[in-house]
Amino acid sequence: MSVLVLMRDAGDELSLQALAFARSLGQATGADAEPTAFTIDGPYAPASWGQTVADLVTARSPRAVIAPGTERGNEVMAHAAAILDEPLSANTTAFTPGDPPTVTRVRWGGSLLEQALLRGGTLLITVAPHAVGAAPAGVTPEVVPASHHALALAPTERVGASSGGVTLEEASVVVSGGRGVGSAEGFAVVEELAGLLGGAVGCSRAVTSAGWRPHTDQVGQTGTKVAPEIYIACGISGATQHMAGCKGAKKLLAINSDGEASIFAHADYGVIGDVHAVLPAISAEIRKVRGA
Amino acid sequence: MHVYACVKRVPMTGGRITLTDDQRAISTRHLGFTVSPHEECAVEEAVQIVEREGGSVTVLTLGPSESEEQLRDMMAIGADRALHLLTDGEEWDPQATAAAIVTAIRADAQPPDLILFGNESADAGNYQVAVRVAHALGLPCVTGVKAITIAGGRARCEQEVPGGRDVYDAPLPSVVAVKEGINLPRYPSVPGRLRAKRKPLEASSPERPAARLEMTRLELPPDSGKQVKILGRGPEAAPAVVEVLAELGVL
Ligand SMILES: Cc1cc2nc3c(=O)[nH]c(=O)nc-3n(C[C@H](O)[C@H](O)[C@H](O)COP(=O)(O)OP(=O)(O)OC[C@H]3O[C@@H](n4cnc5c(N)ncnc54)[C@H](O)[C@@H]3O)c2cc1C
Ligand SMILES: Nc1ncnc2c1ncn2[C@@H]1O[C@H](COP(=O)(O)O)[C@@H](O)[C@H]1O
Repeated sequence: MSVLVLMRDAGDELSLQALAFARSLGQATGADAEPTAFTIDGPYAPASWGQTVADLVTARSPRAVIAPGTERGNEVMAHAAAILDEPLSANTTAFTPGDPPTVTRVRWGGSLLEQALLRGGTLLITVAPHAVGAAPAGVTPEVVPASHHALALAPTERVGASSGGVTLEEASVVVSGGRGVGSAEGFAVVEELAGLLGGAVGCSRAVTSAGWRPHTDQVGQTGTKVAPEIYIACGISGATQHMAGCKGAKKLLAINSDGEASIFAHADYGVIGDVHAVLPAISAEIRKVRGA
Repeated sequence: MHVYACVKRVPMTGGRITLTDDQRAISTRHLGFTVSPHEECAVEEAVQIVEREGGSVTVLTLGPSESEEQLRDMMAIGADRALHLLTDGEEWDPQATAAAIVTAIRADAQPPDLILFGNESADAGNYQVAVRVAHALGLPCVTGVKAITIAGGRARCEQEVPGGRDVYDAPLPSVVAVKEGINLPRYPSVPGRLRAKRKPLEASSPERPAARLEMTRLELPPDSGKQVKILGRGPEAAPAVVEVLAELGVL
């Protein structure tokens, strides 16, 4: 029995992670040794891409279909699962064979793991980003033409392309402010430090809910996921839903007036103090070091 | 326009999650409850659409009797009525959840023009209930939506994608899953809360089908094992911070 892998393209990192997951699933279940990678040809239309996956399942009866747990991967697989009336395990990190097999998947944006029995005729699985190492590039995916679905909608245009500044997703430094910053105007000290470091400004949900910053700045489970070299959390308590957005940071520096704040349990470095005293001092020190 | 919005009661976890002894749930002894921010935005969006277009907002949840709290909260910010699909507290998988929502919407006297969802539930994050409901009802579906404009019997939906937004022109009725940021939900006012107590709530008790994605156990991810290095207190810590920034090569 085959294992199919839906890839974005042959070189896509997250698709190669899905391929690696598929290989180990194939080995664990005694399915064909090498998964069959495929891409879908045609403009993106979620329902018709889901129908394409469903048609492949009907035609080839694979043991499993694996896709990356990206927005699109999850969307296409949800359509396929709905059309086939099969269960779908989204954002999966591990697979244990059995009858039925067990999957491990992320909950709460990664703050919790779940073990679940997956009772599918065909196992439909998306793989959580960065849960497994990527397979080496070099596969040539089969190109499958998109199927037709009567309810399919396709995008009619692309709007609001980003303006070119450092984006939160890509920034190598993120300076993020929480309720402890105190006000919209208070963010001047956060912006100053981010500017000096060529970084992006982030914030917590307490800040967006108060209307101090736009939601596009929010880091967390329902905001942006960031992966900078260093994440500087200023006046942020360290709620699990906030941490879900900055797990990818290589280092975390927490600045908080409360030495007991839970953010310190997630931090590599800490400064105990008032953001309005500490941040200007750091900015001044950077200027001093650079001016020398 | 009759707009439906689906919400799910979840614990409001704080700085760290603790599990019950049987590892099948989050220990909620000291926690409040809420719905996903995405879902709160779905309700706010429904209320704003009805404020402009006329009609009514129905909030719907599948959950234990305590979920009435979330339905009343959503009526306090402007939903007109609520449908409560009562469970005994056992978790329902996404297929069963979608099926129960579909049955409830079909049985409702008022056919929906728009059914709003959160993009993903806060706890399970299955990314699929909305899509399943759409297919079962034979309706188009757009997910990841950050803006909706209603005009001429259609919903113009902007889906967030890397590098911009893709526009989908959906005919009504449709299913739309929204993300936080689409609006800034209002806080419930005191009169809003009082009115919510008297708004109609219809409850029913659907039968739970066998789970096909069956949660057996929860686990905390391995501890990062991090040991924080305190660089100092107050502004005197600045030189030590700058030293770290230099070491990391971001200066
Ligand atoms: C389903 C769900 C999803 C969520 N998604 C997100 C999300 O995506 N992103 C997110 O951020 N949150 C999210 N939240 C909210 C989250 O639970 C917290 O409420 C939020 O992160 C708290 O923000 P905060 O740390 O800024 O505020 P608080 O928790 O109020 O913390 C403020 C901190 O500032 C410190 N402080 C105060 N004054 C100063 C000062 N002068 N100098 C230094 N420190 C000071 C305090 O000691 C405290 O630690 C979500 C919640 C739920 C239920
Ligand atoms: N128990 C439930 N009751 C009502 N709506 C739900 C329930 N579970 C999920 N939903 C809706 O479906 C969306 C997606 O959920 P999920 O597929 O679990 O990520 C949520 O944001 C809700 O809008």
